[in-house]
Amino acid sequence: MSAIRVLIVDDHRLFRSGVRAELGDSIEVVGEAEDVESAVRAIGELTPDVVLLDVHMPGGGGQEVLRRVLGAGSQVRFLALSVSDAAEDVIGVIRGGARGYVTKNISGRELTDAIRRVAEGDAVFSPRLAGFVLDAFASSEAPPIDPELDSLTQREREVLRLIARGYAYKEIAKELFISVKTVETHVSSVLRKLQLSNRHELSRWATARRLV
Amino acid sequence: MADRETIRDAAPVTSGEPDPFPRLVRPVQGRLVAGVAEGAAAQLRLDPVVLRLAFVLLTVLDGVGAVAYAALWLFTPREPYEGKEPARDWSQVASYAAVGLALLALGWLTGARTGGIGAWPIAVGGIGSLILWQQADPDRRRRWMSTTVGQVRRNRVRTFAGLVLVVVGAIGFLVATDELDAAKPGIVFTLVVVGGVALIAAPWLAGLWKELQRERRERIRQEERAEVAAHVHDSVLHTLTLIQRNSEDPREVARLARSQERELRNWLYQPKQDADASLAAAVRRVAAEEEDAHGVPIEVVCVGDCPLTPELSAMMQAARQAMVNAAKYSGSSVISVYAEAEPEEVTVFVRDRGAGFDMDQVPEDRMGIRQSIIGRMERHGGGARIRTEPGEGTEVMLTMKLEKA
Repeated sequence: MSAIRVLIVDDHRLFRSGVRAELGDSIEVVGEAEDVESAVRAIGELTPDVVLLDVHMPGGGGQEVLRRVLGAGSQVRFLALSVSDAAEDVIGVIRGGARGYVTKNISGRELTDAIRRVAEGDAVFSPRLAGFVLDAFASSEAPPIDPELDSLTQREREVLRLIARGYAYKEIAKELFISVKTVETHVSSVLRKLQLSNRHELSRWATARRLV
Repeated sequence: MADRETIRDAAPVTSGEPDPFPRLVRPVQGRLVAGVAEGAAAQLRLDPVVLRLAFVLLTVLDGVGAVAYAALWLFTPREPYEGKEPARDWSQVASYAAVGLALLALGWLTGARTGGIGAWPIAVGGIGSLILWQQADPDRRRRWMSTTVGQVRRNRVRTFAGLVLVVVGAIGFLVATDELDAAKPGIVFTLVVVGGVALIAAPWLAGLWKELQRERRERIRQEERAEVAAHVHDSVLHTLTLIQRNSEDPREVARLARSQERELRNWLYQPKQDADASLAAAVRRVAAEEEDAHGVPIEVVCVGDCPLTPELSAMMQAARQAMVNAAKYSGSSVISVYAEAEPEEVTVFVRDRGAGFDMDQVPEDRMGIRQSIIGRMERHGGGARIRTEPGEGTEVMLTMKLEKA
């Protein structure tokens, strides 16, 4: 298997070099970018497999990069990497098209793992993101507009709860007597719902959380 | 956001209505007279304002509105309502009355009122455009508003409407007493003078207003900056000093950094919560305190929240003991805490990936698990389950049923 080609987008030089040093041999860092403009250009020129995307950046942030790159029909996959714990940032980049969200205190090994997962087309949920999603889908008593997209299945809920409890995918599979592939399928399905659901509670909930 | 819009548009929308034809009732909440308009508005999914204006308009025209209102009042049951009835908003009643009077005056002046049939198109057109206005989505309405009235503030609209009412009333009065012709030149010249003064003073007044607004904004900004500076000084700068002083002790440096990070995050992102009143805040506080005490990172995820009852406080003490055990004995580099508040039940998980242990090997006299966790939960009507194996880490699961309020 050839190395996964990764582009690091972050406005802190120190952080970029730190990530570069931490990533394992199965990852090849093909480039770095420090703002929205250079990121969009680099993605076009280098066509990486995965873009590690910072949420807060000069020139519109990660969401702007997502909008411009995915809006132009690119198939590149994004993994958001941020120090922010703000719910609207997390939900915002996921709804913008990122396939996962991890916080910057993630270990090098976990990050390598998450990049590989995203490169294979799966979704990556940190415990905190899983908590946000459970909260967002639970925080409404109104009947869903589209039952298929606006609510989680029992199984998806179970998987998210275990992620929020700090379980790795392998441990979840063992706990629920299903395969790791099935766990990945459930998480991808939740990601799809999160991105496509048009229930306005999702955005309203995120807005409410913004009022610190 | 453009992409979000397209996603929303692309998604199939199936409307799942719970009850398409609910019975028309007169709600108590939000009523102005008897709740007829409020109830009918809920039925027709219109803004009650539209229906109220329609009733007023129809009342002015031959009194049809009043008759219709009375009929609906008679035939519609009152919505059952418990507790003290909310007071009516009399200012709204007054403004509808004023609109009615103004329409009456207008109708009387233009002769539309006595015109009978001729007046009906006006009524139908008026009600139609009100419904159209109501049915348009908020975005479109805002666009209409911004193109027609621009940035006019609400209170200016009110002032303008008041002025129109006064002028119409005065003209009506003058006509009624046949003095309009005599007063005409005087009114015209007064208008000219007032207009002239307004023209001269307008730029100056506008400048003054802008200046005031700018100063106010600046003051607010300065106050905010001062508050942020104070906070950074008390927290971040203080911690940085401590870190420099303890630079030869990596464990202490990590602990200080971690504790400061958590504090800053809470300040930036978490809603302000009272740790003595809310479950999520209590979990975060307990985790923070144990993290500081033992220097092991504790990752907290909370879903939902509820008020902190005495039972849940006991649960927090059990959770604290579980965290202490994990931090002291497991050797795990990180502890995960997950708390979920559901309508009937609260669950807390404390998990580490450390050494684990054999439950049967724990001596009888070890109080930590048996008394502080399991015993405490059971005494307060909850339950605790511990899953552990040597080498597999430990997970403590606490559950507490909530009393139905």
